[in-house]
This record gives sequence, structure tokens and C-alpha cells, in this order.
Amino acid sequence: MIKTDPELCLRCGGCVGVCPQDALSLSENGISCSEKCTSCRICVNFCPVGAIELDD
Amino acid sequence: MIDMKSYDVVIAGAGPAGSGAAIAAAKEGLRVLMVEKRQEIGSPKRCGEGLSRSSLERMGLEYDPVWARRPIIGTSVYAPNGKYVRYDGEDLGWVVERKIFDKWLAEKAADAGARVQARTEVSSVLKEDGIVSGVKLSSFGNSWDVKCRILIACDGVESKVSRMAGLNTTLKPTDLVAGFQYEMAGIEIDPDRIELYFGNEVAPGGYVWIFPKGERVANVGIGVRKPFARKTAKEYLDDWIRTKPGLKRGSVLEANSGGVPVGGLMENMVLDNFMAAGDAAHHVNPIHGGGISEAYVGGRIAGEVAAEAIREGDTSAAFLDRYNKRWWDERGKKLEKIFRLRQVAERLNDDELNWLAEYLSGEDLVNFSKSKGFGKLAKLLIKKPRLVTLARKLM
Repeated sequence: MIKTDPELCLRCGGCVGVCPQDALSLSENGISCSEKCTSCRICVNFCPVGAIELDD
Repeated sequence: MIDMKSYDVVIAGAGPAGSGAAIAAAKEGLRVLMVEKRQEIGSPKRCGEGLSRSSLERMGLEYDPVWARRPIIGTSVYAPNGKYVRYDGEDLGWVVERKIFDKWLAEKAADAGARVQARTEVSSVLKEDGIVSGVKLSSFGNSWDVKCRILIACDGVESKVSRMAGLNTTLKPTDLVAGFQYEMAGIEIDPDRIELYFGNEVAPGGYVWIFPKGERVANVGIGVRKPFARKTAKEYLDDWIRTKPGLKRGSVLEANSGGVPVGGLMENMVLDNFMAAGDAAHHVNPIHGGGISEAYVGGRIAGEVAAEAIREGDTSAAFLDRYNKRWWDERGKKLEKIFRLRQVAERLNDDELNWLAEYLSGEDLVNFSKSKGFGKLAKLLIKKPRLVTLARKLM
């Protein structure tokens, strides 16, 4: 699973587009992550503002 | 307000792709509903807001001063060593105000007869026997079902609607640029020229841009890409701005981020009763990341095919395959060729970029962005043994 920092996240949705598991979704409250997440870090590496980190 | 329980076409997302589809379908007399989940069409932008004259022509639209912030009469492309290649022209295009431009397009869709509804989200895709049959909409706490014969997903790079419909639009990490941008004021810039800065220290896998919107205001942004980038896009941009005396004391009017597809062109963009267009279908020029006209044209073709399908009473994937074919003939083949150029460009080190800047003209660079003149670049690359295999990609 991942967690996003709402202070940093600009809700652009790019991480959703690059998630191979279709685990992420974007709403006004930010990004939420489902159980489908495999902690592959692709979204962490993508995020333009460094708002995402793994949440173990 | 949305007053009907059934439409011929429902379009998810009211950016240029959505409006392109809505205008084309409504002009053919279809009952069209275009919904936008955000409260304001065109905002927040995920875009540097550059629109070339040739892009506007490709869209088949006329200039309107209402959306033009600044005319552009030149471009300067900087190599890592600071040498630049200039391209000059009378009126190359404009830096636009997206929140006005996108609404201007949506207004045309409404004028053509489409129903447009902002702050209304497709919360799920309805299916009958596994085939798309409509959408569940939600807006201001209300939720209701709308049937449609065709659903067109124009909901951006994340394309939740494509995923819900069953079309996989996921991009490879190498095909998604991480973009970050400030709209800055009180800065010292050339207000008439676009500036682009390349280099593996400045913006690995992408570039830095300055798109002027006025005498002292501009979009200053960056795109970077894994696996080349070692920091976040924001960190690269902040570090670069710190080295520019004319920018580093500037004010910030807006901060934007976004994912820009620069590859992953899709052979198939349809399902039964369903099509995807715009960023959702990766309709972006892979070398510079510009997508306004590509999205609009993709949407327009989808809207035209929707009209034909409904007229002929066949909205199956087999019929909608016309959209795949037409898009690939009109845009896909060119963009695929440009994608190969992107794969070459990203392999060049800073010394090689500096060397190329000595031999390439501004006109060459413009040609490259239009999938033309690759032969000249290939002839240069084969002079360097390391680059011979790359040159073959361009032939």
C-alpha cells in the first residue's frame, strides 16, 4: 500500500494513469489506494512533487 | 440541467477531446451529453498552454482573441552548454488561457446541441451482459443512471472511465512524463519567444519550458521521466529556477502538476459501445508532449464514427474499429514515427546534444516535431559510431 501527503499532492492523477494494478483512484480528497497495490513503487517514482511513499 | 434518462452518446470529460467528440456528434444530430467532474471546465490545467497555428488549423478552428494571452513569434531551443537554436516566424501560435480556451470549445459543443454539465462525475459504468450500456452519474450529492448507445471516455491520463468500461489504458512508466509547472509573474523573460532547455542535468527525459503569457508573466515548467530522473520534477525545476537571476525572485500565481503520455499509442481504443480519446488514449505528440490539437482531433474522429455507428444501427467494437483505422491513418502513423525520434533523443548525452546544436537549424527542429526531415538527423548520427544504431531507428 502507499500513502500520499495531502500537503504535497496536487491531485493531478498521473499516478493513477501509471499504476499497473489499477489500485489507485483520484477524488477531491486526494489519492486512495486499494488492496490491489503490490508496492511496486511505480507511482512513488512518478510523482512530480514527491507526495507518495510506501506505507508498510 | 440533465433532463433525459437516455442519450445517444455520453462523453466523460470536457477537455479538448471531449468537446471535439461532442461537437462532431452533435453536429450530426445525435443527442449528446458531455459531463465534467471538476467544478470548472479547463481548470486546473495540466498544460504549458502553447498552441501553434498549425495545431489550430488541424483542429479546423479559427483564432479568437478571447483565449489568446500572447502571440508567439519565435522559439529558442537551448543545448546543455547554453548554445541555442532559434526559429523565427511571423505568427507561430499563441500561449492560451486554458480555462477560457476549454470553455470556448465546450461552448461550441453546447451551441451544436450537446448538453454540457460540469461538476458531474461518471461514478460507474453500467453494463448489460458485460457490454457498456450507460453510466451512473453523481453531482452535488445526487446520483442517477443515464443510458447511452455509445460512451466516449475523454477523462484524462488516469482514465478511470476506460478502466471501468474494461479497456486497459495503463502506461508504461517510461511513457509517462512527470510534469510540474509554475505560472510565474514579475519575471524577466523574452515575452515574444518560447524557450526550451534540454540536458540530462536540467531535465532528464524531457525539457524545461518558458511559455510567455505577458511581458513579465509565463508558464515555467518541466517534464522529466523515469528511468532517467533522479529527483522529482518539482526538485529539478526549483533547482533550475535558482540558477536563473531573471526568474528566481519571481512570484507564483499557480502551481500545476500532471502526467503527460509520450508513447503507448494504442492499436485498439474501442470496445462494444465504447471509445476512448485524448490523454485517455495517449493522443499526445511524443517529442514535445503537446496534446491540445491531438486530443481534439482524436475526439472529433470518435464523434464522427459514433454518428455513423448510430445511423447504421451498429455500435459494436467491430464497427467502431473505423475509429481506430481513421485515427491511425490521420494521426497515429505520424505520432508513431515521432515516438521513434523520442527514443533516439532520450539516448543522447549532453556532449551529443551540444554537438547536434551546432548542425541543426530551428527549421529542422520544427520539421522533426511534425515527423519530417528525419533523414538529416540520421545522417548526422551515423558520423558517431556510438550513434549508428540509433540512426537506424530513424530510417
